[in-house]
Amino acid sequence: MPDLTTNFAGIVSPNPFWLASAPPANSGDQVQRAFDHGWGGAVWKTLGQPIQNVSSRFGAINWQGRSGVGFNNIELITDRSLEVNFREIYETKLKYPKHAIIASLMVETRDEWREIIKRSEDAGADGLELNFGCPHGMCERGMGSAVGQEPSVNERITSWAKEFSNVPVLVKLTPNVGDILPHGLAAQRGGADGVSLINTIKSIIGVDINTFVPKPMVGNRSSNGGYCGAAVRPIALHMVAALARDRQFNVPISGIGGITNWHDAVEFMLLGSTSVQVCTEVMLKGYRIVEDMIEGMEGWMRDHDFQTTDQFIGKSVPAYSDWGDLDINFETVAKINAETCIGCQVCVVACHDGAHQCIHPAEVGRIPVVDESECVGCNLCQIVCPVEGCITMEEVDNGFEPTTWNEHLTLGKPVRPKKGAH
Amino acid sequence: MDELDQERSEQVFDDFKKAYTANQAIVEANRCLYCSDAPCITACPTGIDIPSFIRKISTGNTEGSARTIFDSNIMGMSCARVCPVETLCVGDCVYNEMGVPPIQIGKLQRYATDIALEEGRTFYKAGADTGKSVGIVGGGPAGLAAAHRLRRFGHAVTIYEKRDILGGLNTFGVAPYKMRADAALSEVEWIMSIGGINVEHGVSIPETHSWDDLLAKHDALFLAFGLGPDTRLDMSGADMDGILGAVDFIEDFKLNAVDLSDVKEAVVIGGGNTALDAVRELRGLGVPHVSLAYRGAESQMGGYAHEWSAGKDEGVVSVFNVQPVAYEGQGQVTGLRVVRTDQAKKPIAGSEYVLPAQLVVLAVGQSKLGALVSGLDGVETQWGRVVTADDGQTGNPRVFAGGDCRNGGKEVVNGVAEGRDAAIAIHSLISEA
Repeated sequence: MPDLTTNFAGIVSPNPFWLASAPPANSGDQVQRAFDHGWGGAVWKTLGQPIQNVSSRFGAINWQGRSGVGFNNIELITDRSLEVNFREIYETKLKYPKHAIIASLMVETRDEWREIIKRSEDAGADGLELNFGCPHGMCERGMGSAVGQEPSVNERITSWAKEFSNVPVLVKLTPNVGDILPHGLAAQRGGADGVSLINTIKSIIGVDINTFVPKPMVGNRSSNGGYCGAAVRPIALHMVAALARDRQFNVPISGIGGITNWHDAVEFMLLGSTSVQVCTEVMLKGYRIVEDMIEGMEGWMRDHDFQTTDQFIGKSVPAYSDWGDLDINFETVAKINAETCIGCQVCVVACHDGAHQCIHPAEVGRIPVVDESECVGCNLCQIVCPVEGCITMEEVDNGFEPTTWNEHLTLGKPVRPKKGAH
Repeated sequence: MDELDQERSEQVFDDFKKAYTANQAIVEANRCLYCSDAPCITACPTGIDIPSFIRKISTGNTEGSARTIFDSNIMGMSCARVCPVETLCVGDCVYNEMGVPPIQIGKLQRYATDIALEEGRTFYKAGADTGKSVGIVGGGPAGLAAAHRLRRFGHAVTIYEKRDILGGLNTFGVAPYKMRADAALSEVEWIMSIGGINVEHGVSIPETHSWDDLLAKHDALFLAFGLGPDTRLDMSGADMDGILGAVDFIEDFKLNAVDLSDVKEAVVIGGGNTALDAVRELRGLGVPHVSLAYRGAESQMGGYAHEWSAGKDEGVVSVFNVQPVAYEGQGQVTGLRVVRTDQAKKPIAGSEYVLPAQLVVLAVGQSKLGALVSGLDGVETQWGRVVTADDGQTGNPRVFAGGDCRNGGKEVVNGVAEGRDAAIAIHSLISEA
């Protein structure tokens, strides 16, 4: 049986699945129930000076009849007293010594950081996560993403935390930046033992077109919130990979952003995450989803002969390269399986209007014909095809040696003729 | 394992409900609301965690999905096909409250369990040998479910079976458009693969084994001997050819090749689910004119409405409010004489007529075998059923019962639930001793 035990910069948990700092990790009762369901760790809802929240707080994207594909919130950090939170951390850690509890923290001054870190350690936290990511409310007060967007401030506060802390320190990064790398490196320079990303994306989830008020509505106003849920996963995957593949960046990553199941978690780990954190899917479906995450990942590891997660963390990073290093002579064309094609011709219209006009209606019957001499191998037809496995993209031997654009520029290596450029 | 004839009449039947493709299963699984404390779970006699197994299909974890199913119901592959889901899990899906088509739980369960069996996943190992032994009388669904669970606990198990094949009515009584005998037997083989389940075939009690012998040999007994032969109607002409009990008829064409080419008209007597199976089966076997003769009105039939609806679609003719009075013919039956009945199902004088039939199938119930246990101290029967506590224990503390012999004739899933629960109760009993 594969072993999911995770060691993140010295923070050990029975599996890589942690609750993200968010409503599902708001209290001892919740975190303990989550551990009972199988979660390996929890990043406690951010501690700081307790705040006052508004109602309402959440908004969701409804997509083709499903609610919650994208999600946003304008909730702030904990609204419970620090005493209560620390007591519950202590009690939870006592009861679940093998599970990881990471205290998410957000305060302002150096003295406040010293104080809250000491209290977190006294309560038994296995690690700290500095919340430099929250893009709503707290940033207006000079905290959260206001820190994360300034590498020098990020580095300074991280170095304070490292100075005061005896447990591993993670810095939670905001995606609301042009390039994630300087911010990851700033945290590393400050001494961070790891980073977690992404926090939520600054967003307005929608507008009520009858009342003219954006969502989520607080009376007759709204505010920008933090966007998350399955829809943000590609953005998060990129940011995780952007750090993981940088040669200077060498601390572990806790991946966050739109993870709904074991498959998503495997993707984050293949791109360099040591652990993963989940919030939105738990909010929508409950702690119980973790049973499938554990089972699904173990099954996948067994199928691929992995005994430990270390054997696949970052395994896809080398395959993520700059565009200029892709083999420009690699060529595929679409093949339509006449046996399974149902004749909807959705591929015809997609190719005709949205690609390179190389799939045509047949003269007889409804099975479209691919003009392989013009097909650029873009995948669009395969994406729109409703029949699983009907359209496949198949490699063509065009006789050209593999060549990247960069090699073509520097070495003059020959490039195959363009297709579909009529 | 038991061999089936290669040529069996049941092979002309295709699945009434088609199997899902992977894509169809994932689309349907994603429609599930993943309810908390879901009504579908409560509706399932074995209490399968349906939302969890469906969620696992949606994530591609079909192995975990199957494990969730088998944890509660080791015959989940059969039940996916033969359960009356319309009146159980699917009937209680909360989507029905919204006027939205309910989740096709049976088809999703079939998808996950078929893959698991095809891939040869076994999931369970026999427990370490406890030195305790349990005798199981009857190798149908209840007996098999009990045997498998007891082996997981590490107890020695012997099944005493009358026939030369296992699976009981699940093997030779299920309508072939739901499941054919070969599929049922491959599941039996899969269950037996846990190892250590001994089977004695050709058993007849008390002729081959006495209750005292069995009690002396085992720490506990589980009675799961099902029901007896079809009930016959005591009418003139009852000994003619062409008059069959429904269970006999179904077993015959499922396990053998039967020739119905001389039957142009068949009448099935009854209004329960076995009758509804029989009329559809006769149509599927090519009998041109099939009638269902029932004493009451359509609304009074015991059989499931969805099954009758399918029967009507397949061209079955209904003859409601009639009571059989005699078989017509000489040597070979040629018709069934019936009398019309009133709303209270009482005969109306002078209203007799004959339904032409070269085959009459009796589906008016099976006899109860309660008398079989008369030699077992403390075991009581009521209306021919073995009386037990909720966990299956009879008046004799070492004897438990489950399945049709206890419940009077229910679904496969009820037998599995009763077998599993009795095994758990037996385990706690013999582990204490």
